[in-house]
Amino acid sequence: MNTGFLTIYWRDMLRFFRFKTLLISSLVQPALWMAFFGIAMSANFNRLTSEIPPIPGVPSVDYLTYMAAGVIAMTTLFTSLFGGIVLLFDKNWGLMREIFASPLPRNHIIFGIALSGMTKTFIQAVIIMVFAIFLGAAFFAGFTTAETLLSLAGILLFVGVFSLGFLFLSAAISISLESPEGLQGIITLLTMPIFFASNALYPITAFPPVLQAISAVNPLTHLVSGIRYFTIGDNFQAIGIHYTATSMDIALSFLLLVLFAVLMFTLAMWRFSKATVT
Amino acid sequence: MRAGSILTRTIIEVEGLYHHYGDIAAVDGISFSVEEGEIFSFLGPNGAGKSTAINVLITLLQIQQGTATVAGYDVGKDPQQVRNSIGIVFQDVTLDRDMTCGEILEFHGRLYRMPSVERKQRIDELLSLVELDAKRDVRTKHLSGGMKRRLEIARGLMTRPKVLFLDEPTIGLDPQTRMRMWDYIKAVNDEGATIFLTTHYMDEADHLSDRISIIDHGRIITTGTPYGLKNTLGEDLIYLETADLPGTLVTLSAMGEVKELREKSRGIVAMLTGDGTKILPQIIENLADKGIRVSAVNLKKPSMDDVFLHFTGRELRDEGAEKPSTAVARAGRR
Ligand SMILES: Nc1ncnc2c1ncn2[C@@H]1O[C@H](COP(=O)(O)OP(=O)(O)O)[C@@H](O)[C@H]1O
Ligand SMILES: [Mg+2]
Repeated sequence: MNTGFLTIYWRDMLRFFRFKTLLISSLVQPALWMAFFGIAMSANFNRLTSEIPPIPGVPSVDYLTYMAAGVIAMTTLFTSLFGGIVLLFDKNWGLMREIFASPLPRNHIIFGIALSGMTKTFIQAVIIMVFAIFLGAAFFAGFTTAETLLSLAGILLFVGVFSLGFLFLSAAISISLESPEGLQGIITLLTMPIFFASNALYPITAFPPVLQAISAVNPLTHLVSGIRYFTIGDNFQAIGIHYTATSMDIALSFLLLVLFAVLMFTLAMWRFSKATVT
Repeated sequence: MRAGSILTRTIIEVEGLYHHYGDIAAVDGISFSVEEGEIFSFLGPNGAGKSTAINVLITLLQIQQGTATVAGYDVGKDPQQVRNSIGIVFQDVTLDRDMTCGEILEFHGRLYRMPSVERKQRIDELLSLVELDAKRDVRTKHLSGGMKRRLEIARGLMTRPKVLFLDEPTIGLDPQTRMRMWDYIKAVNDEGATIFLTTHYMDEADHLSDRISIIDHGRIITTGTPYGLKNTLGEDLIYLETADLPGTLVTLSAMGEVKELREKSRGIVAMLTGDGTKILPQIIENLADKGIRVSAVNLKKPSMDDVFLHFTGRELRDEGAEKPSTAVARAGRR
């Protein structure tokens, strides 16, 4: 097997651990989100929803536990969308010439960058989970050790496939653009609808139909559903809403994320095959 | 080193190469070939099309028209094999500022899938060849311009390429560093690599090359050895200023030792077929016979500058009066 993508992976990880401030900020930022937004909002939501009578017989989780899944998903989204930016820098500083003139097949550049981006999102996801538990999130409540381990694997699987999709997209955009500013603009445009038309921070049941339709095909919604399923369970209530999920629902969400990743990879391959670097 | 015998093999063969960007024909139909073991140069001003030609040969640009083979492989049909056979030093520095010298070479070796043992051994060899052993763990942003260029040459040699492409290898370096770079390039060539280099420095092409192609506006104007090219201008050059330039022209063109004449804004350059030190007194005598007094004179061997100006015709337009050779003559008159 050609393991050329590991070369790209190796270099990108080297850079990740070399820039200490970047490394630390990328780890601290989601934790801060968790701490400030999580604590502030959960105080609000818990007060607002305290009036709603709980549904009898359904285990109830607080808002912090509920939104932690959203913070993991959001962080994964941002990190992945920015993951391809290194390609843009390499292109602008002429470093991409060395790679494009080498025998390394182009899809390995995409794989390598995606793999390192995925590694970063894994590290972040784990840190957020640890931090969320530290803040009092009731993850894996009533799970056996085996179930907890299985759930962790499930979370990483969802985060991994989701991040691949957006890393491929980021790579496709980066290789097509001239300036980092352009990428920044596109990312801002993309993140708004993806983030707010999702179930990351609040339920989508009260959305108008159009928004509901969008959120139903939104990869972020499916990532969040997956993470909630694995961290909380298949039957719970939060902020007055009853959530249930069958393993069929979760499998469907996963398939959707896989489909998205495949589509984005095709897009990236096409953009890379068109790219000229001189 | 050019063997110059019929036993030499052609390692780069280019036929009717043409490359355009939109309406601009950056490379406008060039053909040439490079023999194995040669140092071959493209000498030409900025914008002549040197980098474009190199980028086609190293497969960074898709070939548009014509054919090109490198190390026996067609750049259009077999780019992967071409890539495996060559080393490249790009025109601008292409080093990751935040990687160390050792890591730069390690990355390159991995890109070309060198086995790890061979990679390590080659890195040691090359760092000592370019005298950067002490900088192995230093990030490239802390290197001087000359060191960066040396590291890039080392990188280009990582995979023991058959052909090393150098695009303006000494651009922006100080004269002393440039001369050291030349030594490295010669050493690399002595070890057997064929070298294709581009430059806009006359002295560089002159000093390093076995053969030179002068390139301007995307075309090859002439090709030859540095000696041969200079010889086309004659053995010596004489620059003269007189009060009667038309009369001087007539007198000189009647002399058998004068191969060719060129008018400058204030004087005349005569290309000589023989030894100028012997011909010059005769010229002055012949002119005196016609009553023409010489007010300034300069005798010199043709340089690469003269060759370049001769073939591109640039000196007739604007640069002629400002050339150092004529400046000497004018200073003498004052
Ligand atoms: N990517 C490009 N797009 C458009 N024009 C280009 C590009 N690269 C080079 N050129 C033009 O092609 C011509 C040749 O450029 P180049 O090959 O870089 O010459 P050299 O290396 O001899 O300086 C110049 O006129 C230059 O402006
Ligand atoms: Mg150039």
